[in-house]
Amino acid sequence: MMKSRKGTLLNLFYVGLVLLFLYSPIALLIYRSFDFGGDNVFAAYKDFFMNTAAKEALENSIIIAIISACVATVIGTAAAVGISKYKSRRAKSAVMLITSIPMTSPDIVMAVSLVLLFGLVFAIVNVNDFLGFWTLLISHITFEIPYVLLSVLPKINQMDENLPQAAMDLGCKPLKAFFKVELPAIKTGVLTGFFMAFTLSIDDFVISRFTAGSYNTLPLFIYSAARKGIPDYIYALSTIIFVGVLLVLILKNFISSKDIYSKVRGKKKR
Amino acid sequence: MSRRGGRHLLQKLISAPYIVWSVIFVVFPLFMVIYYTFTDGNGKFTMSNLAELGTSENVSVMMISIAIALIATVACLVVGYPLAYLISKMSNSGRNAMMLLMMLPMWVNFVIRTNAIYILTEALGFSETYTAAVVGMVYNFLPYMVLPIYSAISKLDNSLFEAAYDLGCTKFAVLRKVLFPLSMPGVVSGITMVFVPSISTFYISQKLGGGMFATVGDKIEGLFMLTNNYNLGSAFSIILLVLIIISMAIMSKFTTDDDEGGLLL
Repeated sequence: MMKSRKGTLLNLFYVGLVLLFLYSPIALLIYRSFDFGGDNVFAAYKDFFMNTAAKEALENSIIIAIISACVATVIGTAAAVGISKYKSRRAKSAVMLITSIPMTSPDIVMAVSLVLLFGLVFAIVNVNDFLGFWTLLISHITFEIPYVLLSVLPKINQMDENLPQAAMDLGCKPLKAFFKVELPAIKTGVLTGFFMAFTLSIDDFVISRFTAGSYNTLPLFIYSAARKGIPDYIYALSTIIFVGVLLVLILKNFISSKDIYSKVRGKKKR
Repeated sequence: MSRRGGRHLLQKLISAPYIVWSVIFVVFPLFMVIYYTFTDGNGKFTMSNLAELGTSENVSVMMISIAIALIATVACLVVGYPLAYLISKMSNSGRNAMMLLMMLPMWVNFVIRTNAIYILTEALGFSETYTAAVVGMVYNFLPYMVLPIYSAISKLDNSLFEAAYDLGCTKFAVLRKVLFPLSMPGVVSGITMVFVPSISTFYISQKLGGGMFATVGDKIEGLFMLTNNYNLGSAFSIILLVLIIISMAIMSKFTTDDDEGGLLL
């Protein structure tokens, strides 16, 4: 059972090799975003900030992500609250089966099925050029809700179900009981769900590619910009996004570190 | 009692928007895929779309796509299994750090990530080849292999291994008789979580493979976005759906608890 030092070193080497594989493309990307040969090292960054199409795509991505995440969080949380009250196991598992469809089926199948639906709807109302903001928004909401639902549901199950009942027996209206008692108890699940929905939306390429029409989001913009060789400002943009994500993750870990510790302690007790 | 019953009904009802939404935007569209598969451009019943899947051109697309996906899956397994094992043996903070390091590249957008790999393959002199496409798939999907295996291994009780050693197992025998069988659920879900996206992806092969081959995903994208052949495109999508159903059936044989969903992110 004793581990030899040589073995440990070999293990470290292996882990390092995989990490090198994972991070070398990103390192190359960041390296390429700087123009070390020219007069201005940050030329590519300047190009990006001058590029109105890129900025518009970024704005569009954020707009879609915020609206879709809000809607998905409301519908998903409401669904989780409702589902937790289901008595019939069959009804519960039927809903969970439907929930699992968008999560397990390949993105491209969902995208295709939505395109067919939108096509049908627009054929009925006789509109020709149909894909755009609204179809993209609906698609994003559709694939986000299950993630919200599944991050809220465990929190509700952890909560004492008598809590809202007690509030209502003490004279709270159901709505008030929800906002005063239930929502605070499931708050972390709701926030996680929102955060997940937002990032899934920002990140989505496959479903957007099919359902966005001429509406340009950032991944779609990068996709079309990178088709014929990658322009330097894409490297700059990618670097900005990577650093942004890194900062958000560090911040998130910093904030939730308390939460993590309490979870670990809870596990040990059991 | 009746007031409580009323409340329950009200509370159940707030899941209605979700159910209505899902039926309209998830379930019904899937039936439309089936409908399009079995009809022609005029909405008449036909088997010709399914028959067209059998043409030698389409069969070879699917075969190549499956072969490439298999290679990528095996590569992910070979690279990912030892990694998952090593991570599971790390200290608590080491595990957390490794999880973060594994997931961080996944937060970079898929299109950007793929372009980043393109730069790497270009720098190493093998861009726009089959190898580059496989490398791209491994890069993009490796965490989906590592995470389920890691979670399967870290659930195992350490005393199992100690018992095996005490009973005279060699190191290799412990791996073969204890570790591998017990980590099978993780391996199976890892395999499906890499194999299915490898078949259905449609950018990696175009960009990294330089258009040398098409995945099933590429084929669907082309049929929908370029040639507007929704019927044949739907038929190809059905293949992916069947694949998913098969892999879920296999997975349900190996997994007992349903905590795999949490691994997706």
